[in-house]
Amino acid sequence: MGVELKMPALSPTMEEGTLAKWLVKEGDSVKSGDILAEIETDKATMEFEAVDEGVIGKILVPEGTDGVKVGTAIAMLNGEGEVSSPSPLAGEGQAGTASQGEGATAASTPPPPAQPSAESPSPTRGEGQVPTPSDQQTQASPVELPKQQQQPETGTQQLVSAAAQTRTDPEVSPDTATQKLAVREALRDAMAEEMRRDERVFVIGEEVAQYQGAYKVTQGLLDEFGPRRVVDTPITEYGFAGLGSGAAMGGLRPIVEFMTFNFAMQAIDHIINSAAKTNYMSGGQMRCPIVFRGPNGAASRVAAQHSQNFGPWYASVPGLVVIAPYDAADAKGLLKAAIRSEDAVVFLENELLYGQQFDVPQVDDWMLPIGKARVMREGKDVSIVSYSIGVGLALEAAETLAGEGIAAEVIDLRTLRPLDRQAVLTSLAKTNRMVVVEEGWPTCSISSEIMAICMEEGFDDLDAPVMRVTDADVPLPYAANLEKLALIKAEDVVKAAKAVCYR
Amino acid sequence: MARSAKAQTAPEAVPLTPNRERPQQPQRYGASKEQLLDLYKQMLLIRRFEERAGQLYGLGLIGGFCHLYIGQEAVAVGLQSAMTVGKDSVITGYRDHGHMLAYGIDPKLIMAELTGRAAGISKGKGGSMHMFSVEHGFYGGHGIVGAQVSLGTGLAFKHQYSGDGGVCLSYFGDGAANQGQVYESFNMAELWKLPVIYAIENNHYAMGTSVERSASEPDFYKRGESFQIPGIQVDGMDVLAVRGAAETALEWTRSGKGPIILELKTYRYRGHSMSDPAKYRTREEVQDYRENRDPISRAEKELLGMGVAEEQLKGIDKEIKEIVVNAAKFAEDAPEPDAAELHTEVLVERY
Repeated sequence: MGVELKMPALSPTMEEGTLAKWLVKEGDSVKSGDILAEIETDKATMEFEAVDEGVIGKILVPEGTDGVKVGTAIAMLNGEGEVSSPSPLAGEGQAGTASQGEGATAASTPPPPAQPSAESPSPTRGEGQVPTPSDQQTQASPVELPKQQQQPETGTQQLVSAAAQTRTDPEVSPDTATQKLAVREALRDAMAEEMRRDERVFVIGEEVAQYQGAYKVTQGLLDEFGPRRVVDTPITEYGFAGLGSGAAMGGLRPIVEFMTFNFAMQAIDHIINSAAKTNYMSGGQMRCPIVFRGPNGAASRVAAQHSQNFGPWYASVPGLVVIAPYDAADAKGLLKAAIRSEDAVVFLENELLYGQQFDVPQVDDWMLPIGKARVMREGKDVSIVSYSIGVGLALEAAETLAGEGIAAEVIDLRTLRPLDRQAVLTSLAKTNRMVVVEEGWPTCSISSEIMAICMEEGFDDLDAPVMRVTDADVPLPYAANLEKLALIKAEDVVKAAKAVCYR
Repeated sequence: MARSAKAQTAPEAVPLTPNRERPQQPQRYGASKEQLLDLYKQMLLIRRFEERAGQLYGLGLIGGFCHLYIGQEAVAVGLQSAMTVGKDSVITGYRDHGHMLAYGIDPKLIMAELTGRAAGISKGKGGSMHMFSVEHGFYGGHGIVGAQVSLGTGLAFKHQYSGDGGVCLSYFGDGAANQGQVYESFNMAELWKLPVIYAIENNHYAMGTSVERSASEPDFYKRGESFQIPGIQVDGMDVLAVRGAAETALEWTRSGKGPIILELKTYRYRGHSMSDPAKYRTREEVQDYRENRDPISRAEKELLGMGVAEEQLKGIDKEIKEIVVNAAKFAEDAPEPDAAELHTEVLVERY
């Protein structure tokens, strides 16, 4: 009997891709390891390998097809005289439900009958790994998946789906045309525009040039600006962060990309001691206008060393500007402002948001003010303050709360330092209740800071204690269920908002 | 200190694998009488300035850490006299007073920074270890050991990027030479052929730890071999030997051949900082350097040999003393920064 070959997920956050090329045709015999097809996403092109032996039956999706959802059957593989134990699921779950877990394996095979887990996204850091047989064990499990579930049911999936549901609210006149842009495109456009405008701006980091960016944020920059201004480095974070800082002191405008901010820990000395303190230590004589940027916070299933929100760390340092945008319009407008700033800026992106699309106003030179929060949704009953990916959950929670008669106001801080205290206090004065939502640890966090501000400066406006919804105070675990438990969820925000409203 | 004793004259830097182009062994600089007089003056200014700083420290007028350059003067003067102020950049660690004076920065502004006054070059906010003069192309003054190596590599990147023809001179010590970022910088500098001179001031002690106890390869000029960066060992107690090496290094870097390492064998007479009693070395060792190898005495002898009158040298000494006394007086009399300065210059812009 035939087995469906399904559209694989090449990365933890991939939802669809292009079937660029078939390297086999119907009737070909294939064995494990043979390359069957080339799959493209906006980030990468990957080869799709066979896991099992067999003969290619029908090709269901022709090459050149765009927007093939992860998990879609793309071809049939007929077994060659192989009669293995029939899968309890072979005919049932695979055709209809397209979980990313299934997609993550290259070719479907009958699962072991007793596999209990349904949560099986097998993501890895970086761009699509060759699926391994161990992925299959959880791949077609007998547990029912929710019907529309396109994402792994993990903690990060919550964050992603919340982000996908929300709209932007750009501060422009209603007749301004907008353009749908993924966050990664918005960031790229911001860099490209500033590089066109100012010869001193250059990008440096690992895989930013020839590879087109580990997360494809710098895609196309090498072609336009050449290797002098788009510089691939060795794996040497401390070194290139220092080199960038020195170049900035000398008068250039470096954009230093960290593949993730987890690796910036190797370079944090230069960010703090060299970049942030120079202007002050020199009595204003020597500046360090540099942008350190890259993804920050939890990605998906990459566990503790690759999942951490450094917002509170950097936001505690005088001399730094720290920006953590949520949507594409803010990402673009604030990155442009960061590149033009005379100060050292830490620009915290989020991998899970890179592929999310938002409306970006089509105006020349879209710049946004650093240090200004944004009211994402107005409401009178409770303020929900957040930043970065937490804003998606806050908006989702606000929607739920609206259905229960609670009008929540959602504030996106956007800049973590200098913090827009006034926006926080103004909203508090309006609603008298506040919940802070942060995809990060609770201790010594941005949430702690917001709570302190409310205590010190907004005490008389408080009708209830400020509450916070944060990740669990643990290193982020790998197991899907534990990861889900560790990360913030919209329902927790709803619960907290109701609690401060005494409902 | 067996090693330093036998390193009386800089040995030939024998290439480990002579399979690529290397700079010529530098020649001792053939200075004219006027040129040597000028180098002598500069060294003397550093010596007297540092002695005065030590006194002011003792009086409580200078606080915190204060690292004196006494004994190492020939290095800064020999190297920087070959460079162009404003075009070539210089960056160093915390022992920075001498490097600043050798680049023509006003001693008053430096001394007033040491005493923490508003008139100091960093408005009193930086102190001994954090001083800068962008105007001169002096980029600090950095307190984190080794940081200036990556930063200096970045300055060289800037020279190359903007095609301004400049070279960066990045100083660090035998201690900093063991920091990881030094080698990260070496790798990038050679990969991209950046115009940077890595000047390793080997004064034999990283605070209290001798080179013998901390360096598996104590010949620091060889430290670039894995990166194909050539290295030259130089007698750092002879200002003309240093100047000669600077000429060779500048020629190498300016011609686009990439970085070069100079190891300058030198010695500091004082402790690591003012609070260091220097118990880790013998009185005799220090005495030997002071009496037999002092760079200023050496230049003085040479000048006398060239026919300079003793009277003239005495006159120079007086002139220098006056500059230093005035700088100290300025630094003592200048007011402290205004309290309002506490919150200024944290950021450049207002948001």
